[in-house]
Amino acid sequence: MSDQSYDLVVIGAGPGGYVAAIRAAQLGMKTAIMEREHLGGICLNWGCIPTKALLRSAEIYTLLHHLDEFGLSADNVSFDVGKIVRRSRKIATQLSSGVAYLLKKNKVRVIDGQARLKGGGIVAVTKDGKALPDVTARHIILATGARARALPGLEPDGRLIWSYKEAMVPDTLPKSLLVVGSGAIGIEFASFFNALGAKTTVVEVLDRVLPVEDEDISAHARKAFEKQGMTILTSATVEKLEKGADSVTATIKSSDGTSQSLTVERVILAVGITGNVENIGLEDVGVNVDRGHVQIDQWCRTGVDGVYAIGDLAGPPWLAHKASHEGVICVEKIAGIDSVRPLDTSRIPGCTYCTPQVASIGLTEAGARAAGHEVRVGRFSFIGNGKAIALGEPDGLVKTVFDAKTGELLGAHMIGAEVTELIEGYAIAKTLETTEHELMETVFPHPTLSEMMHEAVLDAYGRVIHM
Amino acid sequence: MPISILMPALSPTMEKGNLAKWLVKVGDAVSAGDILAEIETDKATMEVESVDEGTVAKILVPEGTNNVPVNQLIALLLEDGEDASALDGAPAAAQSQPVSPPPASPQQTAVQPSPAAATMPVQQPAANGDGRTFASPLARRLAGDAGLDITMISGTGPHGRVVKRDVEAARAGGAPSAPQAAPQPAAGAAPAATGTAIARIERPDMTVYFEAGSFDAVPVDSMRASIARRLTESKRDIPHYYLTIDCRLDELLAMRKKLNDRTDQYRISVNDFVVRAAALALRRVPEANATWADTHILYHHHADVSMAVAIEGGLITPIIRKADTKGLAEIAIEAKDLAARARDRKLKPNEYEGGTFSVSNLGMFGIKNFTAVINPPQAAIMAVGGGAKRPIVNEDGTVGVATMMTVTLSADHRVIDGALGARLLAAFKGFIEEPLTMLL
Repeated sequence: MSDQSYDLVVIGAGPGGYVAAIRAAQLGMKTAIMEREHLGGICLNWGCIPTKALLRSAEIYTLLHHLDEFGLSADNVSFDVGKIVRRSRKIATQLSSGVAYLLKKNKVRVIDGQARLKGGGIVAVTKDGKALPDVTARHIILATGARARALPGLEPDGRLIWSYKEAMVPDTLPKSLLVVGSGAIGIEFASFFNALGAKTTVVEVLDRVLPVEDEDISAHARKAFEKQGMTILTSATVEKLEKGADSVTATIKSSDGTSQSLTVERVILAVGITGNVENIGLEDVGVNVDRGHVQIDQWCRTGVDGVYAIGDLAGPPWLAHKASHEGVICVEKIAGIDSVRPLDTSRIPGCTYCTPQVASIGLTEAGARAAGHEVRVGRFSFIGNGKAIALGEPDGLVKTVFDAKTGELLGAHMIGAEVTELIEGYAIAKTLETTEHELMETVFPHPTLSEMMHEAVLDAYGRVIHM
Repeated sequence: MPISILMPALSPTMEKGNLAKWLVKVGDAVSAGDILAEIETDKATMEVESVDEGTVAKILVPEGTNNVPVNQLIALLLEDGEDASALDGAPAAAQSQPVSPPPASPQQTAVQPSPAAATMPVQQPAANGDGRTFASPLARRLAGDAGLDITMISGTGPHGRVVKRDVEAARAGGAPSAPQAAPQPAAGAAPAATGTAIARIERPDMTVYFEAGSFDAVPVDSMRASIARRLTESKRDIPHYYLTIDCRLDELLAMRKKLNDRTDQYRISVNDFVVRAAALALRRVPEANATWADTHILYHHHADVSMAVAIEGGLITPIIRKADTKGLAEIAIEAKDLAARARDRKLKPNEYEGGTFSVSNLGMFGIKNFTAVINPPQAAIMAVGGGAKRPIVNEDGTVGVATMMTVTLSADHRVIDGALGARLLAAFKGFIEEPLTMLL
């Protein structure tokens, strides 16, 4: 095999791409990965990781305002936006070089440049406008990710109207903020800025916040956010944004037809994602794109021989772990591994790192009923859990949804402290095809928040102990 | 935590290699990039580099070992600060190995890298030899609710585990899903018939040959799917050949009448005689009581004779174990019980899995002779036709009448050559025509 010829070339080194490349290398494939900007993609550099760093600063800052509750005191509690941001950037850089190390360790060739498919397994590469040698590969995985979607009249301008990117590196804390969209991204930013003192308003076109979550969770979240001082406007749309010198006036229309005007210092747009399908040669080789995403089958194949797509590029759910698993499945299928199975989306957990945290997996109660299941539902409030009280985190809920006939765990939904770290228990249980019986028999340690997962299962069968 | 050094896949097509030489020994310190060993594949000799730092603690596969499967544990390194006691918890040397090389199949075209880590064959009946069934809790619950015997369901989960989709498939009456079903691209467009880079089964749609509405499409159940799969594999992989011999039944029929008139406790059938005679013939010609195992032939110590029993919707072969040690009455009683339970689908897997020889009898349907398909893991099957009065030529040249039965042996030529098969049939004929010799 020549120097420019590979078994597999991955285009894009985000959590989908670099994981696919490492797995391919583990399976003995000669692999190269192309990245035009930064290893680790959006997730590591302008997404998952830096936002969690920012939110951690906000979380600690919030705790600092409750010191008395814990018998502590401090004077002059303050924050430095620049330092908060710099910490998150440093962490992003550290992890990005970590990805570089992993690729090197696995002997994946990293090509710094912009890729473009030429067809027939040939990929053209350019860097800073200059052409680098073409690369050929038997298999090409497209993992170019996605970017923020813009709606007509609602476009970021990099100054007053922010996308996620500007929101992650604010130079000062806006005194007032409008967040358009109450999905995970919008809510996380709202949570961050609100915690630091920005007067925050969230506008959502659907009738509840975090609309993909279970209804009970959305309701609980809304109450919590409003208690924190956020203004939540659901069933509302932003009709237009008028920019001033250092402010933006939004015209917000609600579903009953009335309009209101809101002037804020900054606006954050979080109205969805669209795949990075441009300028990579998809049209030239005949890869199907529909509404901003590459069309794939259950094995991530595009229908063009030897071309695959994974991650945000290929559609929802737009989650890093979904991208990584698609990458592994795609590669293992290419390698002919017998045991590989398509990704079961009902087993993909989703986490939102606002305060209180939200985490869920599988069907909502409404979704389960709509799918024709007879359901048993269990609920357990944080107020009934000793550890939650001891931590000073009494606000939250764990909810389970079972198929009444078979005992299959259809879904689990959580809101409250640390739930993003707890949802994995339900994820493992679903993979192992648990019924309520095994969950009831599992010994959860005491005192932990995780015991609520046990109690929520018991509650579904009328056997809850601590409520 | 000791670091496991696994047999690497040095190319996408490598499945196993020969560990030619160790370049380190126990106690050596290694760093990332140091060469640990030399591996020979059928293509070249390659070096294995360490990716970790540590001290070589244990070498589990000695140099000169051939055919080490990819991903087998070959050595253990201790990390800094660990001592040998850390090895106690280390994984055992043996990894799950493929029982035999995966059969060449349409899915694996030449261009595809083969699996570097082959897993156990996916379509296994759920129970293993000691009677344990591997199934997820949900699958057990679903099977129980649907009244399905989970031990009869093929598992497609990890390690052949029965999972929810297998029970749902069995319940719908459909076959358990094949490991690589023909996929549907999300766009709905028909996939380009590529076949080079992408492995796919192209199953022809049989319905196109027939007028719509002129047939009923009934999904196959797991028994039918199992019969289809096993016998197709058998016909494809086993070089069958056939030997036919005629046996005179008159003395046997007389003896049978005498034995059955004695008591009501048993009713010995002609087939019971056939089973006993076959078992004794296998004892007389033990080289024919064998199984082909690729690099070995297994010579069985006992004749475990499977009897083909027709049941509703299909066929199953319960086994009379150690039939060479059992008398006619015992065989008759056991055969009757097995057949009854077979028809009620109440057989346990160890009652129909395995066996060393099969007997299939279609005589009761008037069939004169036929050839049967060998049931793996066996090497032969005897197809028995009906006993009927036929004209025969006596020793002295005169023409007479005798009750004759035609028997055809299908044999696996890898294990049983022609002369050996002939010897087996001759021994069988001897026992059938002179049943008194079964007493010897």
